[in-house]
Amino acid sequence: MNAALAPPPSAPPPAETPTHYLNANYGFRSWMFTLDHKRIALLYLASITLFFFIGGFYAVMLRLELVTPAGDLMSAENYNKSFTMHGVMMVFFFLIPSIPAVLGNFLIPLMIGARDLAFPRLNLLSWYIYMAGGMLTLYAMVAGGVDTGWTMYTPYSTTYSNSHVMVMAVGIFINGFSSILTGLNFIVTIHKMRAPGLTWFRLPLFVWAHYATSVIQVLGTPVIAITILLVALERGFGFGFFDPKLGGDPILFQHLFWFYSHPAVYIMILPSMGVVSELVTCFSRKKVFGYKFIAMSSVAIAVFGFLVWGHHMFVSGQSIYAGMIFSFLSFLVGIPSAIKVFNWTATMYKGSISYHTPMLYVFGFIGLFTIGGLTGLIVANLGLDVHLHDTYFIVAHFHYIMVGGAVMGYLGGIHFWWPKITGRLYPEGWARFSALVLFVGFNLTFFPQFLVGYLGMPRRYHAYPEEFQVFNVMSSAGASILGLGYLIPMIYLTWSWRYGKLAPPNPWGAKGLEWTTPSPPTTFNFEETPVVTEEAYAYAQEQETEESH
Amino acid sequence: MSSHVTPKKTYFAVFGTLMALTALTVAAATVDLGGLNTVVALAIAGCKAGVVIWFFMEVRHARPMTRLTVAAGILWLVIMLILLSSDYISRGWLGRSQGW
Ligand SMILES: [Cu+2]
Repeated sequence: MNAALAPPPSAPPPAETPTHYLNANYGFRSWMFTLDHKRIALLYLASITLFFFIGGFYAVMLRLELVTPAGDLMSAENYNKSFTMHGVMMVFFFLIPSIPAVLGNFLIPLMIGARDLAFPRLNLLSWYIYMAGGMLTLYAMVAGGVDTGWTMYTPYSTTYSNSHVMVMAVGIFINGFSSILTGLNFIVTIHKMRAPGLTWFRLPLFVWAHYATSVIQVLGTPVIAITILLVALERGFGFGFFDPKLGGDPILFQHLFWFYSHPAVYIMILPSMGVVSELVTCFSRKKVFGYKFIAMSSVAIAVFGFLVWGHHMFVSGQSIYAGMIFSFLSFLVGIPSAIKVFNWTATMYKGSISYHTPMLYVFGFIGLFTIGGLTGLIVANLGLDVHLHDTYFIVAHFHYIMVGGAVMGYLGGIHFWWPKITGRLYPEGWARFSALVLFVGFNLTFFPQFLVGYLGMPRRYHAYPEEFQVFNVMSSAGASILGLGYLIPMIYLTWSWRYGKLAPPNPWGAKGLEWTTPSPPTTFNFEETPVVTEEAYAYAQEQETEESH
Repeated sequence: MSSHVTPKKTYFAVFGTLMALTALTVAAATVDLGGLNTVVALAIAGCKAGVVIWFFMEVRHARPMTRLTVAAGILWLVIMLILLSSDYISRGWLGRSQGW
C-alpha cells in the first residue's frame, strides 16, 4: 500500500526519533492520498479551523453592527447575508464535523485497539466531499452571498430570494454525504473492529457517544439532503413542493428541515458529552458513575431527538395539537441529558480532582450546557414560546448549547489529546488562562441576550430600538473577549507543535487503549492487537490503595 | 461476498411487478377517491419500495444485522410520517386561524 512507508527495522538506532505517523513519510502527496485515520483527522482539523474562522469573521461583523441601534455599518441586505454565512459555516462546516471528524477519526481506532477505521478510503473520500461542499459554499459567499438564513425557509428561499441560494444549497447537499460516510464508517468500525475482550459495555463512553451520533448522521442526513434538493427543484424548475400556488405547503419544508436539524443539535452535542465523560473520570481519578446510564442515555438522546422537531414551529401555522405533542416530547429529552449531568457530578463527588485545562473546560461545559438545557425547557413551552420565538432569547439559548456546550467540549478534548496527537505538551499556564478568558467572554456575550430577548428584541435585524443598546454593547464587548479566547489557543497550540515539551505516552495517567500507544502513535497504532481485560476507567485500584493509608 | 446468485427470471418478474404498479398509479390518478387519493398513491409507492428493497437490494438474503439496519431506516421514515400527519390531520380542527 504505502511503498514509501519503511517498516521499522529490527533494531533502530536508539538516539534517533522513533518513527510515528507524522514522520513516517513526507510531502504533499503523502497527506492528500493518505489512508491513515490520524492524518485524515488532521486534514479535517486544518479545514474545520479555517471554516471556524470564516464563520467567526461574520460573527465579528454582526456584533460590530449591533453596537449601535442604527443600521449604520452594514445594509440590511448585507447583514442578512452575514448571519446566513455565520450560521451555515458554523453549523454545517464546523460544529457538525468538529468532534467526530477530528477527535472521533483520530481516537476511535486507538480506543478500540484497531489499526484503522473499517473503510479508510471512504474516510478520505468523506474529507474530499466535505472540502468540495465547503468550497462551493465559499463560492456562493464570494459570488454575492445568500440572504435566507442558514434555515433556508420556504417560500422565501424558493421563490423570492435573489441571492445565490442554488449554489449554497448544492454545497450543503454535497457536504451531507461526507457526514453520512463518517457515520457509516464509525458504525461499522465499532461493530466489527473492537479488540478481543473489549465488550460493548467496556467501550469508552466517547465511543458510545460517537456510535449514537453516527446513527443520527446516517438516518437523519439523507432527509436534509433530499429536502434541499426539493428546494432546488422548486426554485429551478417550478416543481410544487412548498409553494401554495403550485399546490405545495411551505410548512412542509420546516417539518423536513427540522426533522434533521433538531437531531443535528445532538450530532453537535453528543460527541462533546463523550469527551466530557472521558475527561471527568480522568481528572477525578474515579470510575465514572453509572456507566451504563451514560452510555444508554446517548442512545436515548439519539432516538428521542428525532421526535421533537416541531418545537421549532409552534408559531409557524403548524396544528396546535401537533404542537402540544411536540412540546411534551421535547420535555422528555431533558431526562437523558439530565442523567448525564447528574452522573458527571456524581463522578466528581469524593474524587481527587485536579484542575488541568481539560478539566476547566469540563466545568465550563457542565455549567453552560445546564443553562442552555434548562432554557431549552423554557422555550419548549407551547405558550411561552409564542413570546420568545425568534427573539434573542433563542439565540442565547442555542449558543449556550452549541458554543458553551459543543465548543467547550471540543476544546477540552483537543487539549486533553493534544499530547497524543502531536507528541508535544501545550503550555499549561496559557491554556488555563485562555479557558478562563473564554468562559468570561462567552457569558458576557450571550447572557445579556437572554435578557434583551425576553424584553422582546427580535433576532435577524440590523437595527433595533435604543433601549436595547446597553445589552448589545455588553454582548459585543463580550464577543471581543471571546474572540481573544479563541486566538490564544490557536497561537500556543501552533507554537507547541514545534516547540512544546516532548510528551510521554500517557501524560495524564489516564486509562484507555489510546494511552498505551507512543505519543504520537505509529502509523498502524498497535504493534500487536491489545487484549482488554478490565472495565473502562478502572481508576478504582489507585483509589483503594490511597484509602487504605 | 454473497454466494447466492439470483436468477434473471426473478429480476424480470420484479421489473414486471414494478411496471404493473406504475400503471396502477396512473389508473388510480384518473379516479377521484376523495380523501383516499393520497392514501392509495402512497400505498402503491410503499409496495414498490418494498419490492425494490426485498429483491433488488437483496435484503431477503441478507444477514440479521443488515436487516436490522434496513428496519431502522424504515422505522425512522415511519416516525417522520406519523408525526408529520399529526400536523396535517389536525391542522383544520380549530377552523381557520385568525393569527396570533
Ligand atoms: Cu430543536
